[in-house]
Amino acid sequence: MRLQAQGVQLAYDRTVIAKDLTLTIPDGKVSVLIGPNGSGKSTALRALARLLPPSRGSVILDGKSIQETPTKEVARLLAILPQVLVTPESISVEDLVWFGRHPHRASLKVPSEQDRETVEWAMKVTSTAELRHQHVDQLSGGQRQRVWIALCLAQGTDLILLDEPTTYLDVAYQLEVLDLLAELNRDQGKTVAMVLHDFNMAAEYADHVFVMKSGGLVTEGAPEEVFTCDIIRDVFGVESQVVPHPVSGKPMCIPLRAGLRTQLAVANG
Amino acid sequence: MTSTTIVAQYVRRTTLAQRHPKVLMGSLGALAVVLSFYSLSVGATEVSMGDVFNALVGDTTDQAARIVLDFQLPRVLLCWLVGIALAVSGGVMQGVIRNPLAAPDVIGVTKGAGFAGMLLLLAIPGLPVFAVVPAAFAGGLGAAALVYLFAYRRGATPVRIALVGIAVSAAFEAGIRFLLVRNPLDVSAALIWLTGSLFGRSMSSVLEILPWVLVLVPLIVIWSRKLDVLGLGDDLAAGLGEPVEKTRRMLLLFAVALAASAVAVSGTIGFIGLIAPHMARRVFGGRHLASIPAAGLFGVLLMLFADMLGRGLAPPLEIPTGLVTAVIGGPYFLYLLVKTGK
Repeated sequence: MRLQAQGVQLAYDRTVIAKDLTLTIPDGKVSVLIGPNGSGKSTALRALARLLPPSRGSVILDGKSIQETPTKEVARLLAILPQVLVTPESISVEDLVWFGRHPHRASLKVPSEQDRETVEWAMKVTSTAELRHQHVDQLSGGQRQRVWIALCLAQGTDLILLDEPTTYLDVAYQLEVLDLLAELNRDQGKTVAMVLHDFNMAAEYADHVFVMKSGGLVTEGAPEEVFTCDIIRDVFGVESQVVPHPVSGKPMCIPLRAGLRTQLAVANG
Repeated sequence: MTSTTIVAQYVRRTTLAQRHPKVLMGSLGALAVVLSFYSLSVGATEVSMGDVFNALVGDTTDQAARIVLDFQLPRVLLCWLVGIALAVSGGVMQGVIRNPLAAPDVIGVTKGAGFAGMLLLLAIPGLPVFAVVPAAFAGGLGAAALVYLFAYRRGATPVRIALVGIAVSAAFEAGIRFLLVRNPLDVSAALIWLTGSLFGRSMSSVLEILPWVLVLVPLIVIWSRKLDVLGLGDDLAAGLGEPVEKTRRMLLLFAVALAASAVAVSGTIGFIGLIAPHMARRVFGGRHLASIPAAGLFGVLLMLFADMLGRGLAPPLEIPTGLVTAVIGGPYFLYLLVKTGK
């Protein structure tokens, strides 16, 4: 396994978020980190991407401590899409995707043939090639997110980390983005690890799920193993029924409102 | 959204300059050159364009040529160098702090450099002006650090940096006034230096600022993609392999050094570093490979314009360049402040 956190302690200033976190991102799979707000899932992802140095323990990428690997080298092995994205004013899709080549280009170097090919490929597989001359701030939410993913792909890494790539998107755009990531995993063999907050989306798309609560890993495994009524009650604090998805058969979690909870309790005696 | 509206918006939102940047950049440069020649001929003594040309190509004997070479030429060259230094400095600061209101004078660098330079000039009378550069640099850096310290509270928002910068600038300005009042007999040299004028500057001033501009500006242009990457936000920039803190500190250091060297030769000329990069971005878009050189050219044009206006309004009296730029820049700054605050 290429990327793992080994007993890391994560903290912002003096606020400790995670005490002793160990997790391994499975290669060639789609994995999802999930948990309630403040569970440390985004923090964990940032540590895995070298954006947050652990105060104890270490993150290992390809057998080496990620903190001791130069940031440029890490950027050639692993791409990260942060949650908050700043779109430069009036920039075209193509120009934005080109930023993905930054770790491969020295300051004065003219773009190589490989740079050009990778950018073209990244736009093609994300279906953004036809948008290339448009300005990014004119695109729909789904299109824009595809462009950002194209930027990550242009880095040419096998590992792609994404922090809540579907937040603030309408459901159609959420599916558009997650379908694309699933496709990249299936057809291009990319390892995808992302933070999501919707457990049904996670169950539908993930091969492997990490369930987190207050900075610790509660459980991990296939969606069928980790999405149970007990775990959802324990982690999210909601009563729910877990039923199989009528089409995919993946677990679906249906939260229960107060009235239904009493009804259920009575029915169960 | 239909394809027609997309195309329409696209055409509307792309400026002419973004499609033909080289043509417009060339035109700006040509305009600056023409304006420079014109500027060589106006002044307290009228010199004809023919004399200007003769003087420049080597006929250095006659009276008119001496005026051009000794008085007008250094002045025009300083307009170029100071304009470029201030504008590029401002362009870098706006990019690095991701703040359209950042500029050497807004974040206190200019006044800090002025205060430190003046302190040195008064402490050691008769000091050659080139010795002021390190002092101005230290003062500028100190002021920038102060502003950042006060403005930083879990990140520093654009408006907070601008407001703290104004306060710090005012404090240094007060310091400068205090020095002027305390040392009324020794201030003449310092005062001439401080008012932000290009009057009476000689070729030695040109040589003092030249190396800074010659080294730092190309370096910044080479690093323009790093500036673009920093504009994507700290996390993504780091994800793209840019050592964010290190790059940011280096670029800010370059910017402060450029501004301080400008202050050292021309005193505190305000607003060029704020307005020129803003104009450049409006015309050429946000990519620094185009906007930084363009800011430099706009800086030159503004300086030439302000300098000529200062000389031409009430000859033979001269209105200091710094005063002219303040009159133009003040309202522009207010406009930007209102626009950014929304």
